[in-house]
Amino acid sequence: MKKSLFSLAFIFVVSTLNAQDLLKIEGKELFGDLKARQIGPALMSGRVSDIEGHPTNSRTIYIGTAGGGVWKSQDGGVMFNSIFDDYCQSIGAVAVDPVDPDNSLWVGTGEVWTRNSVSIGDGIYKTNDGGKNWQKMGLEKTERISAIEIHPKDNNTVYVGAMGALWGDNEERGVFKTVDGGKTWTKILYLNAFTGCSDLVMDPTNPDILYASFWEFRRTAWSFNSGGLNSSLHKSIDGGKTWVKIQNGFPTGVLGRIAVTVAPSNSSILYAVVEAEKDTEKGLYRSDDAGTTWKHLNSDFGLTVRPFYFSRIVVDPKDPQTVVKAGLSGSISHDGGKTFKSLGFMHSDIHDIWFDVKDSDKMFAATDGGLYRSLNGGITMEIIENLPICMFYHVSVDNQTPYNIYGGLQDNGSWFGPSASPGGIEARDWESIGMGDGFRVYPHPTNPKIMYSEMQGAEAVWRFDSEKQQVKTIKPFPIAGDPKYRFNWNAAITTSFHKPDRLYMGSQFLHKSDDMGNNWTKISPDLTTNNPTKQQQSQSGGLSADNSGAENHCTIFTIAESPLDENIIWIGTDDGNVQLTKDGGKTWSNLTVNIKGLPVNTWCYHIEASSFDKSTAYAVFDGHTKNDKNPYVYKTTDSGLTWKSIVTADITGFVRNIQEDYKNPNLLFLGTELGLFITIDGGLSWSKFTNGVPAAAVHYIELHRKTNDLILGTHGRGIVIIDDISPLRELNADVLAKPLYFFTSKPIEMDESSSFGGASSETQFIGSNPSSSAQIKYYLSKRHTFGKMSLDIYDSNNKWITTISPGKQKGINIVEWGYNSMSPKVAAGKTIAGNSMFGPRVSAGIYKVVITKGNEKFESSLDLRYPTKTVFTLEERKLQESTTKVLYDMTEELAYLVYEMDEYILHTEKVIKENAGLKKQAQKLNTDLNALKDVLVVTKGDNYVGAGEPQLREKIGDLYSTIGSYYGAPSSSQLETLKMLQGKLADGKKKFQAIKDAQFTKYKAATEKAGIPSVVLKTFEEFVKKD
Amino acid sequence: MKKTALLIAFIGFAICSFGQSADDIITKYIETIGGTEKINAVTSIHMKAKVDYSGMSIPVEMINLKDGKTLLKINFQGKEITQMAFDGETSWSTNFMTMKAEKDDSENTENVKRAAGDFISPLIDYKGKGYSLELLPNETIEGVECFKIKLTKKTMLSEEKEIPNVEYYYFDKENYVPIVVEQEISSGEMKGQISQTLYSDYQEVNGIYFAFSMTQKIKDGMGQTIVFESVELNKEFESSMFKFPGE
Repeated sequence: MKKSLFSLAFIFVVSTLNAQDLLKIEGKELFGDLKARQIGPALMSGRVSDIEGHPTNSRTIYIGTAGGGVWKSQDGGVMFNSIFDDYCQSIGAVAVDPVDPDNSLWVGTGEVWTRNSVSIGDGIYKTNDGGKNWQKMGLEKTERISAIEIHPKDNNTVYVGAMGALWGDNEERGVFKTVDGGKTWTKILYLNAFTGCSDLVMDPTNPDILYASFWEFRRTAWSFNSGGLNSSLHKSIDGGKTWVKIQNGFPTGVLGRIAVTVAPSNSSILYAVVEAEKDTEKGLYRSDDAGTTWKHLNSDFGLTVRPFYFSRIVVDPKDPQTVVKAGLSGSISHDGGKTFKSLGFMHSDIHDIWFDVKDSDKMFAATDGGLYRSLNGGITMEIIENLPICMFYHVSVDNQTPYNIYGGLQDNGSWFGPSASPGGIEARDWESIGMGDGFRVYPHPTNPKIMYSEMQGAEAVWRFDSEKQQVKTIKPFPIAGDPKYRFNWNAAITTSFHKPDRLYMGSQFLHKSDDMGNNWTKISPDLTTNNPTKQQQSQSGGLSADNSGAENHCTIFTIAESPLDENIIWIGTDDGNVQLTKDGGKTWSNLTVNIKGLPVNTWCYHIEASSFDKSTAYAVFDGHTKNDKNPYVYKTTDSGLTWKSIVTADITGFVRNIQEDYKNPNLLFLGTELGLFITIDGGLSWSKFTNGVPAAAVHYIELHRKTNDLILGTHGRGIVIIDDISPLRELNADVLAKPLYFFTSKPIEMDESSSFGGASSETQFIGSNPSSSAQIKYYLSKRHTFGKMSLDIYDSNNKWITTISPGKQKGINIVEWGYNSMSPKVAAGKTIAGNSMFGPRVSAGIYKVVITKGNEKFESSLDLRYPTKTVFTLEERKLQESTTKVLYDMTEELAYLVYEMDEYILHTEKVIKENAGLKKQAQKLNTDLNALKDVLVVTKGDNYVGAGEPQLREKIGDLYSTIGSYYGAPSSSQLETLKMLQGKLADGKKKFQAIKDAQFTKYKAATEKAGIPSVVLKTFEEFVKKD
Repeated sequence: MKKTALLIAFIGFAICSFGQSADDIITKYIETIGGTEKINAVTSIHMKAKVDYSGMSIPVEMINLKDGKTLLKINFQGKEITQMAFDGETSWSTNFMTMKAEKDDSENTENVKRAAGDFISPLIDYKGKGYSLELLPNETIEGVECFKIKLTKKTMLSEEKEIPNVEYYYFDKENYVPIVVEQEISSGEMKGQISQTLYSDYQEVNGIYFAFSMTQKIKDGMGQTIVFESVELNKEFESSMFKFPGE
């Protein structure tokens, strides 16, 4: 009895779980054809952190990027493909396996150029097939990997330099070694929980000799420290068993970051770049005795600038005297480091340099603005134009058609560009609207010519009139009695839903302007914790002072005005406060204490005020600057009195942004450091979206109200758009249980834009446009693999129009139809009649969509409409359609005429060949038919410049395509031409009839008498039938 | 006792589903589509298909012989255009401009020659062909969790070099037929991108299952589908059909 009860209970639990689990579906089993398009742009590209090449094949080059993963070129650095989309996109080091360089590659994640906005890594990865498949090989908690060195004879032996956590203590740092290809790791050199290995080099002639530099460093949200007594340089000559410090000749006292390298062509020569206390002792050191002694050579600006950002020294593989140092501009020496000159002009902030293995004149430089190539030893540089790895902090959109996207980039200013453009979204489509580092950029809500942008720390805030080309600086300044305004590096600005000229800006106060930034009113007290210990930025940097504004703290970071009430404004600060006013700023409530489970002072990265309810809001928090990488997402439905966490184990990466759908309150989009997550049940479960969205940091999400496009501002993969997410609104347990479900189809305006456009070269990145076809969207609960499946379109009279290949995957399928009916049957000639190849566009109307799956049929409909913005009247359109139909029919009538003639020509040819008695009669008929055919279709020449003179088929085709590809009425001249062609077709038919009348009866009788079967013709209907 | 039997069966099932080798999967696949005996008895495949493109329905005819001879032609406005043919020695196609036959470059011809033994599927008797398999972690593709198998064939030529010739097969775990095959594009400006072929509409022909729908695409791009209307086996064809007509 007890057992039965237990079983019953068990069954109950299982079935309950199943019911709950219905919505918890893997993203890869759900999203299907709902795919993202990455539109870059690539003209400003983004930060490249590491360059690595094949040791012998100079055509193969890899780059690791700050937030855009790993890219591979196989043509010597002309074109690059992303090969690491599914994994952490912040890359520290890439290493090609010298034993199997064609296939084996290691990637250490976590960038090592530790600026304030740097992302984090999650371990080391390996591929054995050149980057098509990857396996994680551990070291998950190292956060940043500075170098990977692989034994040249035994590729199971690998050394890894782990820099470790930037924002807190951790023990997973130092030098790690594996002797089993990464299955297990041993930490072979470790100093302490706050000093990591910042550089690791293997002697190219002796793999047991290793050099490792260690760096004491730490960031907080409000400060940075480089240097300490633990920073040091070490050497091992026994494969890492023992290590000795090699600093004979180095400065005494506290050291900072040290870059080290060995000259590939002479391993006794080492170069090190040392950050030290005294300016005169900083810079380049050289050793000619493999590190035993060092000599200081140079302390130029280029050698000492910002060591945390530029600590790489590279030696020409062929010449130990040619040395290049990363830096603000990059410096090159040809005299062994004594003197340097700048590399050729390129984007500033050079992080790595790679020399071609065969030709040292050819080199690559990794910058904040992409990858550059030189063909003359670094004198002139050219950018690689197909790396869409730009790093957006923010995106916004306007209401134009197509809408524009606005955003600011790490070290690459502020921009706007279109979501669609003739020929694709090209570099030239983007317009610069701000200098320096770009952050929040907004269009004026109603005036498309006005836009707002800013640079770092709100050093400047601009209003730009793109029509008048006028820029006005509109930054709020303190007035009498005000303290200094503190603006975040990425200062909060937003426009209003309610007043088009209104603008909000956050320092520690909330500022409001109702005249587009001309005048400002402070509408809050200091909303931050105003902790003075976090406001000592002038002392930031450690050994090298670094007060760029990047560490500004105790500032407002997010401003969310309720779309439902202009007096309700939510504020989130970088030091963890959430504040609310319900009276337009007169009074404020600090809601922070109500958020249970949130560690104190956790950065409030974004607040989303609900479109459905004034009291509802979502807030996300990012704790990574406190070394806390957990996701924090909260929802309140009572104006912040209580908050509920909507985080589940499905989410990976700390959270930067949340976007609520405008139609379905349970549909939410979450941007984390590792990609995009979507919930269709209000946060009970989340699915990772991967269709074209790499595992990049999603800093900002915008949902376009008109198009329902989801626009992601990623920090490393540019703008990513998922066109029309509306199918997700309909997903629920019932829909997911259906074998096939058609999503609601809104009326579709048929696209009539021209096919012109496109001015990019072959090597430039072009972002793809959204589809301009009619889309048929349905959900399949199971992939169709066995048996037939087809999709047919019928008009409202149930007349079959066309067949389209259906999508068959489990999940969302999107099938495109370019509005074409079937093309006409065309007369056979010597050449192809290109103008007759297309099927005419269908009229506006309701069309039935039928999917046949085995014996089952599923039906839906499409409502096609002419564009509302058009210059054509309905009457003009109808004349175009009917004239096209006339030409379509003429094409087929001519095709049938030529078919009939061809059948007889074939028959006569056979008779001529085989029956001497009938030769003369057959020849006459043959000659007459061929003579007529010659004026009906092209019977000689080729499909290019050897083409024969156009005949009736070509002339009809020409007019058919001219009238058929335009949406307005044909002109009088065109109609006259039509009349002339109709006459010619009638004449052709008449002549054929005349030949038939004169010769066929006799010919038929004679051939039949000779036992030759007569020609059997298809009827016209059989001949033109399509299916 | 019953419980124990059930438990053993369950464990057995668990082991079976977790412990499958690439070879087991291929064996199951070959059984599923008809078995080695039936497959080995096939000497030729004659497929008629159509491709729908922008309102055009283009008839396609494909003939594959066991000895590697191949003919793929389309009919366009009554003109027959050979898209790809291989006569055992020469790989050729019709130049669309001149409508005359032209030879493939020697590198491509050599690659076609090397693939001549892959009649029906390179997976059949893969060991005998000197190919090798590797089972990779399962992956979800087309919304379906699949076994992913890496097939390494003999090397191929690309840009005057011998390079690995690798295909990735995704077998639907439920029914053991491949639903997607991937290969890296090995030359040209698309080099490094992944081409995918999607298979569906499997139907039986003389006891053997063939995919009657094939969609070719670049990963994450739009595809072009070819739908087979008929598949006939073991017809006789004249060698002259495949022959490069220029000589």
